[in-house]
Amino acid sequence: MGEEVILLDFWPSMFRMRVRIALAEKGVKYEYRDEDLLKGGKSRYLLQVNPAHKKIPVLIHNGKPISKSSIIVQYINEVWNDKAPLLPSNPYERAQARVWTDYIDKKVYDAGRKLWTTTGEEQEAAKKDFFEIFKTLEGQLGGEPYFGEENLGYVDVYLIPYYCWFHAYETMANISMEGECPKLVAWAKRCAQKKSVSESLVDEKKISGFVLK
Amino acid sequence: MAEELKLYGTWVSPFSRRVELALKLKGIPYEYIEEDLHNKSPDLIKYNPIHQKVPVLVHNGKPIVESLVILEYIDETWKNNPILPQDPYQRALARFWAKFIEEKILPLAMKVTNSEEKEKEKVVVEMFQLMKVLEGELNGKDFFGGESIGYVDIVATIIAVWFQVTQEVIGVKIVSEEKFPVLFKWIEKLKSIDVVKECIPPRDKHITYVKARIEAALLKSAPN
Repeated sequence: MGEEVILLDFWPSMFRMRVRIALAEKGVKYEYRDEDLLKGGKSRYLLQVNPAHKKIPVLIHNGKPISKSSIIVQYINEVWNDKAPLLPSNPYERAQARVWTDYIDKKVYDAGRKLWTTTGEEQEAAKKDFFEIFKTLEGQLGGEPYFGEENLGYVDVYLIPYYCWFHAYETMANISMEGECPKLVAWAKRCAQKKSVSESLVDEKKISGFVLK
Repeated sequence: MAEELKLYGTWVSPFSRRVELALKLKGIPYEYIEEDLHNKSPDLIKYNPIHQKVPVLVHNGKPIVESLVILEYIDETWKNNPILPQDPYQRALARFWAKFIEEKILPLAMKVTNSEEKEKEKVVVEMFQLMKVLEGELNGKDFFGGESIGYVDIVATIIAVWFQVTQEVIGVKIVSEEKFPVLFKWIEKLKSIDVVKECIPPRDKHITYVKARIEAALLKSAPN
């Protein structure tokens, strides 16, 4: 069966890293097109396929576009269901995984941003908030190697792109991720040992450079 | 083992009523517990310690939170009368539209209610744009789910019912028949379904409630 899979995205997007990891885990071949949205170079194709949302990444499978990383990752999991299941088969555990990715969506990005957009007392409050969130996530790991227990799962794929932002967070806010959340950092390093992850993560120095611009 | 299914919700929360709608559509028996959010029950705090919000569905003692997650859980556990499409691409689209409503339309609707007069107009124009996009998705169908209501319709009841009430109270019309004829028709069809009627707050009580909330908010923000 001829499959055409195209991924439209822009390199520092941590959301797209999730999609790349999921595709790699499933061994799906795809074509990658870089859309530099910051340069205002939104391609006609992007607007055509994604008029409602205007956000990247967009996966195009056999001409059908899908956007939003949570939706794309679940789609990839359902279509290429022959290997590396990313979601548990049990509905209750699946629900828990979705609750945690929802939590990550709502909390982590904004908490991270506040670390470099605030100063003084506000920044101290932001740091407290930030670590509360990461410690909550760390608590969810329990004693397992991954959020997906034995293997990389939906929550791991969802959270791990933030690993390349740790260096930026630490630099901008003078904090230590390992100091506060050692188990989480250990988890991140464990994930990064997987080829699907290491090949999809952006170099952390590039991210710091991008943030400092 | 006997199934034990409990739903913690409130009569006026669109999020808990949508879960009720899904359960009723599938004919699943459940025990409903009405929560007073000013006086939360120990059960609610136990089952949803992080957010302490409704709805919470407790199935055989195990809690599930977040209405969209609960809807998917219900669909995956009780497979009769499916509310999500079977095809992965159609499912992805349904999830997209549900998120579009939750993450784009709802926050903007709140802004319409809460913004100052001069900002209101700008926000209303933005709302019109989003609603047009959503309306486009109906595309000749009776419902977002096709011939019968599905996941997106269930999620969108907030627009069909709750928006209408708030708009009546604050005097801002978003979904008018002239501007959104297709969406308007969908709202009429949706509200005529018996099981949907059972999951909507009584109109007068709802209007009184919204009026009181808006007045309370105004008092809070009024200069001393």
